[in-house]
Amino acid sequence: MPDTVDKVAIQLKVNGKPYSASVEPRLLLVELLREEFNLTGTHVGCDTTYCGACTVLMNGVTVKSCTMFAVQADGAELLTVEGLEKDGALHPIQKAFGDSYGLQCGYCTPGLMLSTYQLVNENHEPSETEIRKAIAGNTCRCTGYQNIFKAIRLAGQNMRGA
Amino acid sequence: MLSQLGDDAKLLAGGQSLIPLMKLRFANPSHLVDLNFVPDAAYIKEEGGAVHFGALTRHAEIENATIGARVPILHDCAAGIADVQIRNRGTIGGSLAEADPSGDWAAVLLTQKTEVHCLSPRGERTVPLADFISDAYTTVLEHDELVREVVVKSPDKGSGGAYLAFKRSAPVYPTASAAVQLGMEGDTCKDATIILGCVGLVPVKATAAEGVLRGSKIDDKSVSTAMEAVRAAVEPQSDMRGSAEYKRTLAAVLVKRAIAVAVRRARGERVEVSHIYA
Repeated sequence: MPDTVDKVAIQLKVNGKPYSASVEPRLLLVELLREEFNLTGTHVGCDTTYCGACTVLMNGVTVKSCTMFAVQADGAELLTVEGLEKDGALHPIQKAFGDSYGLQCGYCTPGLMLSTYQLVNENHEPSETEIRKAIAGNTCRCTGYQNIFKAIRLAGQNMRGA
Repeated sequence: MLSQLGDDAKLLAGGQSLIPLMKLRFANPSHLVDLNFVPDAAYIKEEGGAVHFGALTRHAEIENATIGARVPILHDCAAGIADVQIRNRGTIGGSLAEADPSGDWAAVLLTQKTEVHCLSPRGERTVPLADFISDAYTTVLEHDELVREVVVKSPDKGSGGAYLAFKRSAPVYPTASAAVQLGMEGDTCKDATIILGCVGLVPVKATAAEGVLRGSKIDDKSVSTAMEAVRAAVEPQSDMRGSAEYKRTLAAVLVKRAIAVAVRRARGERVEVSHIYA
């Protein structure tokens, strides 16, 4: 490993806003979001590409932000949990998770809502199998998932109305 | 570029294996060369009776491609690798070049006529997939060489394939996997290829089991004889995913189930299967 590392200038859009940063190439995307941009809604759970707490949308699809380098997001458009609400109003997915009690401790919730976002954006009426497949990369240790399924179905309905 | 950076440099494709390995300090490359900014390296093209995959084609792109309807074994694999997020990043070329004994693509593509097109400063060469993987985590790629394209010849009419992998949960590697391609004429099997994943240092070709099926009717008797041959062919290790004995049984059962699906698909039936997990 080299002793000194040149920083790399990157520019990206997060939640519609332009950001720029000068980062070490080894910095992970989740560290950029949390520590440089102070967007701490994206969580680090396992840090081993398992749990999905760090899930964000990059160019419209979900990625685990602990398993990408920040420099790889140069030029990308990201959506994090902070970008879901609009003008102080909760996003239909956020409302569905609240109304369905689809969370307990809430640690996995930002990641789950972004996985839900990719699913219900394309499919307002997902089957149980489709829901299970869509959130297979998001681990919740509290709820037992039943209320999360309810929340995702409700989110689909909310999105249809939106 | 790799030749300039020295032996410690590594190529970064989807990064869904390499980055976790680096975090665990199992991999400690001095330099990474990110391929993700290479233009036009992700594509799925059908040309000359074969499907051409750009090395950086993501698993999710293959999962959602129309090719899955015609060559369903490709969909079985692409749609079940890890989870949505990892399929959005991970690539077919990266999976083959990593040659993880538990990887999915190598087992599946070894049942097909698959060529790996490798590019280096010396030019391009074509390596049959069977010769490409030489050992666990080891391929014939030279230090300054990369996978440019993966070419999979379309199976013949009357041939059916299936891939089944069993895993403990979505994001982990399978405990065992079975890829089967059967050329059928009526009830009789004309040609059989059976490859097992996760139960050896490289994907295991169950040659004896293929011989049992070839020329036979596919029935309970031939299938159970083939299952015994699979149990004898695999070389699993006991680990946290299960004991060696458990994996032998699992591999044999996955082959049995994959044969049943392959036979139905050879008849033109649509059957959806993929990875099995809780």
